[in-house]
Amino acid sequence: MSAAARRGVLPGFGLSTGFTVLYLCLVVLVPLSAVALRSSSLGWQEAWKVVASPRALASYRLSFGASLLAAAANVVFGGLVAWVLARYRFPGRAFVDALVDLPFALPTAVSGIALTAVYGPTGFIGRHLEAAGVRVAFSPLGVTLALTFIGLPFVIRTLQPVLEDLDPEVEEAAAVLGASRWETFRHVLLPALVPAATTGFALAFARGLGEYGSIVFISGNMPMRTEIAPLLVMTRLEQFDYAGAAALATVLLLASFVLLLTINRLQAWTRTRAGAA
Amino acid sequence: MSIVVREVEKAFDATPVLRGVSLEIPDGELVALLGPSGCGKTTLLRIIAGLESADAGEVRHDGEDVSARSARERNVGVVFQHYALFRHMTVEENVAFALRVRRRPRAQVAARVAELLRLVQLEGLKGRYPQQLSGGQRQRVALARALATEPRILLLDEPFGALDARVRQELRRWLRRLHDELHVTSVFVTHDQEEAFEVADRVVLMNAGRVEQVGTPAQVFEEPASAFVMRFLGAVNAFKGWVEGDRAFVSGLDLELVAPASAAHRARAHVFVRPHELDVHRAPVPGSFAANVDRVLPLGAAVRIELSAPGFGGMVEAELDVRRSEALALAPGDAVHLSPRRVRVFPSREDELDSLTASGL
Repeated sequence: MSAAARRGVLPGFGLSTGFTVLYLCLVVLVPLSAVALRSSSLGWQEAWKVVASPRALASYRLSFGASLLAAAANVVFGGLVAWVLARYRFPGRAFVDALVDLPFALPTAVSGIALTAVYGPTGFIGRHLEAAGVRVAFSPLGVTLALTFIGLPFVIRTLQPVLEDLDPEVEEAAAVLGASRWETFRHVLLPALVPAATTGFALAFARGLGEYGSIVFISGNMPMRTEIAPLLVMTRLEQFDYAGAAALATVLLLASFVLLLTINRLQAWTRTRAGAA
Repeated sequence: MSIVVREVEKAFDATPVLRGVSLEIPDGELVALLGPSGCGKTTLLRIIAGLESADAGEVRHDGEDVSARSARERNVGVVFQHYALFRHMTVEENVAFALRVRRRPRAQVAARVAELLRLVQLEGLKGRYPQQLSGGQRQRVALARALATEPRILLLDEPFGALDARVRQELRRWLRRLHDELHVTSVFVTHDQEEAFEVADRVVLMNAGRVEQVGTPAQVFEEPASAFVMRFLGAVNAFKGWVEGDRAFVSGLDLELVAPASAAHRARAHVFVRPHELDVHRAPVPGSFAANVDRVLPLGAAVRIELSAPGFGGMVEAELDVRRSEALALAPGDAVHLSPRRVRVFPSREDELDSLTASGL
């Protein structure tokens, strides 16, 4: 379909699309291509040495692994919170509802300090976990914990409206047809929630990849063990190695883009399966 | 399977919705629960289905008390008002759902689904999702899904409410034919008198949480048991007057009653005359009253005359057949005389509860 044919139905296609492209260029595309351009000043061989160094590889592993894990944990437990908020009316519900948004609002460094204070070896909870042989702060577990904290509202806020929109008649229909509560959940509710859950997962995951402030406090930043990729970029910058930092950033950029694209495709697929398209 | 409802009471947050409803539906019958919105008909249906529990009273299916059984254990087919189809499942998967959760063998499920889709004439659409169907098709999928386990009771909540007029017409006839084929005891909720009369064997008229009358469409129309039933079924002229023995009095007019009202003493009463039971004359006749023609509305086979009768409580409606109307050649502004052919009288009650007035109809 040509743009001209579309214009007849919904006016303003040319103008709005032009604006969209320009806006995305200025705000997103140009800064990102500057990163790629900067790294090209290194030359292939040198760039490869930077991005494929064992230290860099370990940091990718931690960044992507912890983000995936945290996003997955959020889908399960955030889903539970969203369910409770959407389904039940209880005293203090408004308070809990407001609490959910706190990780959005808090400066990430504050979150990091708070988490370290609680889960650190001498912290309120960390003390007991340490005694039980579980080390949270200054370990990959701590990184995952911080990312879970940061990503939680993304999952809850995408799932909650979908849960609230679910027609109670549909659940009644399942019950009348002889489905147990579990079967109703598994065959009727869950499929309706998958698209929103995927979106929440993607958002939490993307946020986790870029997170820096809250992690630097709780991770301890030990190279090869608890050093995240964004921190590695930061370290390069502090050493005035702009090209090296840019090369690392480009890798992160490409990897995130590919992952998000995959998740988006997956989401589009579940949506057509759900017949919502 | 017969259904018996005995003295069922239900209140939502201290607002009574059902006030002692009793009802018997024999096996194989198609019954309409008819009443204005807010009369409790849907709540009654939901209690029969097990989706709602009664505060008091009991529900029996086939003589067996099912009050303690959940909706899941009652094996009742339910068609919901908005169909409640599973959006992420195809037509085929929707229909197969009840069989799948019962772990029926795959081949048996496939055979039964094919049979049901043939029954509702949707064989070609089994791979579609509900969003890709028209309202009438969704309705039929919902019906096929409800019938999958061969329930012996089928409950339908405003089954035609969300459809446009033509589709509604077709589906009504089709539902009637389907019932004649399957003979499953069916109850459907509606606020549409025409729908109830066209489809149902018997009509249960409900008002303000009570059953006002149960009977065949002809019975409830010809012999309404209460002022509410009289007013709810079809157009009617209502006058305030008096009743004594077999005579009714409205604004100086002395009317003879076919079926005497049970008032031995002079009592306040509602006096009703249906528009088609009101004769129009050019000259006064005994027992007639004067009126002026306001509008003449041709309705096809009949002609509706809107009149004002200042001495008789204002607006009056009469309905004549076309031939009689042509003979009279009425035009707006004409002075005419009206004589009721048949008058029905119901004594006024002090404590009248009426969903009609409550819902502003």
